[in-house]
Amino acid sequence: MNKRFLLGITFALLITTVLSAQQKLQKVPPVDLKTMDGKAFNTRSISNDGKPIVISFWATWCAPCKKELNGIAENFDEWVKQTGVKLYAVSIDDSRNSAKVAPYVNGQAWDYTVLLDENSDLKRAMNVNNVPHTFVLNAAGEIVWQNNNYTEGGEAKLLEVLKKVAKGEKID
Amino acid sequence: MKLTLTHTSFFSLLLFLVSPFAQAQNTGMNLGEIHGNFQTDMQYYNADPSIGAPAVPEKTGMNGFLNLNYTRDKFSAGLRYETYLGALQGFDPRYKGTGILYRYAAYTTDELQVTVGSFYEQFGNGLILRTYEDRGLGYDNALEGLRVKLHPYKGVYIKCIYGLQRSFMTYGPGTVRGVDAEVNFNELFTSLASKKTSILLGGSFVSKFQPDAGTGAYIVPQNVGAWAERLNIHREKITIQAEYAYKINDPSFANNYIYKPGEALLVSASYSQKGLGFSLSGKRVDNMDFRSDRSASINNLEINYLPSLTRQHTYSMLAFYPDATQNTGEIGYQAELTYKFNKGTPLGGKYGTNLLVNFSSVSGLDTARLNPASDSSRAGYKNRSYFGFGQKYFEDFNIEIDKKLSPKFKFIAIYSYQTYNKGVLQGEPQYHTIYSHIGVMDLIYKFSDTLSIRFELEHLYTKEDQGAWASGLVEFTIAPKWFVAASDQWNYGNSIVADQTHYYNGTIGYIQKTNRYQISYGKQRAGIYCVGGVCRTVPASNGFTFTIISSF
Repeated sequence: MNKRFLLGITFALLITTVLSAQQKLQKVPPVDLKTMDGKAFNTRSISNDGKPIVISFWATWCAPCKKELNGIAENFDEWVKQTGVKLYAVSIDDSRNSAKVAPYVNGQAWDYTVLLDENSDLKRAMNVNNVPHTFVLNAAGEIVWQNNNYTEGGEAKLLEVLKKVAKGEKID
Repeated sequence: MKLTLTHTSFFSLLLFLVSPFAQAQNTGMNLGEIHGNFQTDMQYYNADPSIGAPAVPEKTGMNGFLNLNYTRDKFSAGLRYETYLGALQGFDPRYKGTGILYRYAAYTTDELQVTVGSFYEQFGNGLILRTYEDRGLGYDNALEGLRVKLHPYKGVYIKCIYGLQRSFMTYGPGTVRGVDAEVNFNELFTSLASKKTSILLGGSFVSKFQPDAGTGAYIVPQNVGAWAERLNIHREKITIQAEYAYKINDPSFANNYIYKPGEALLVSASYSQKGLGFSLSGKRVDNMDFRSDRSASINNLEINYLPSLTRQHTYSMLAFYPDATQNTGEIGYQAELTYKFNKGTPLGGKYGTNLLVNFSSVSGLDTARLNPASDSSRAGYKNRSYFGFGQKYFEDFNIEIDKKLSPKFKFIAIYSYQTYNKGVLQGEPQYHTIYSHIGVMDLIYKFSDTLSIRFELEHLYTKEDQGAWASGLVEFTIAPKWFVAASDQWNYGNSIVADQTHYYNGTIGYIQKTNRYQISYGKQRAGIYCVGGVCRTVPASNGFTFTIISSF
């Protein structure tokens, strides 16, 4: 491999290290989305009476996203009992698939609030590169945890974070 | 019309944005927040004549971008720095060099949002306007100009846009102007607020202006207008949506400079209840290619978006022969059923079973070509019957079962039968239609909370084209930080024995909070790579790829 390639890698690593050194709490920016029945929904309306909130970006064509959300759905009643969590599943499906979101969501019997981000406006505003990408918000609506990939059994980690948030504990 | 900023001004801007933030952290003052994301892909290429991978003179390719978004109360601003220092193979070579092609400032209140600079926008389903980005595909048709969004009265939403479109590292020659209005009757009239039926009505108008240089063979319209109307009705378990769009005559390179007006119709209906979902959709597209430069080709400077009504597959063999909308004309429909067999039922077993059945079919329109000698208005062709089906372009029947057998073991099984008109979909009439049977098994076994293994076994059977393929992938995950994967795609059915190539690949990835580092080595098959209905042709390659994805 030539020098330029290695130099490029070093530079890129440096940028990510510097940038990820700053970790400040962020709120969800105000963006217009749609509900599954086509109504306008602004992200300012995201709330859960001081209990934890999960925002999960997904798409009908994203297999890991569906594995994650179906995995959570299996025990979601229990999660709500334990933490009071509310989950917003934000679909980035565009008009090719957005009409299939509601039948899919109901077909899977998900108890989530599903929102449509047809042109990826919220995805962009929240700096999401790829789906799945999951955020956890605390009582003040601040992002305290995020994860941008799905691994088998990742639900356990998410539940652990939610329990801490529900108790008002700090997330490292 | 080159608006690219210089490097010096980029770094000054960056410092300007970052410095108050640094101060804010020190003093605790509210000076806003700055966040962003970053991605780079670097490839090192080896020449490999066995798969047709050419020698790349610069040996490496690199694409990278950094987004920065600053917000403080009602004000926000941001930019994206992009670099293509030798764009990756398969990207349009017009992605060259570095620059800030995306930058914006916006002010947002409940009633009003004003954006100056670059923005992405969609009216309705996008039939007459959609600007969006897909960095992985090198797709970006952002508008650069002004956008105003108004919410003057409850239930009324208005959007106005005015700008030039992005074309690789510069901007296109045509001005795009548009307005969209949507009314939600249940919000507008308090008497309807509690009604079970909700109705939304929308309308939009878009016009492009491009001067006629007068150098072409025809006199072309300098202003081209397009409009669309849409309706959305929802009642309990049923949703019905429809949108119709019309465009005046718009001779262009894409439609072979014909003067026929354009049309598009998109209709969908769905029914769903807990455990059951059904949807049916149809579309008709007739000469609806719409660009801000009449001479643009491939995916460049498109103003509108005509979605493909076929299932969007992600497993490689299922997406081997992918559908792509023919903007010049097609007609098609799709039906999809999802059903959940409950826990404890014979088919549901202990954990429940998910079933998905999908069918889609796309054909050309039923048209008759007009004899150029008598076609004085140069309409090009006429429709023999409005909803008639012509030559078949694409068809896909697929069935998917998603099942958990034990707390440790899950699988997804998919079967698909596809018809792919290679001559039309790849624009090369010498090719025949390809019929293929595809089977996929995705098996996941979890050893512990942190250790799991996944197998992806795929097979594509066809007598046409390159013949049958077998594909396998094994992926080890050591949650939450590591994953290792190895895969091979083998064209064992190729009638030319020397071309029965193995495309092997190995990948190691490391995840640290919201950063992801990935290195892979292997051979990449030449093919069509699609995301969200947009496709890009990827040439064969052999070499290392290094990727960093970060968000902060």
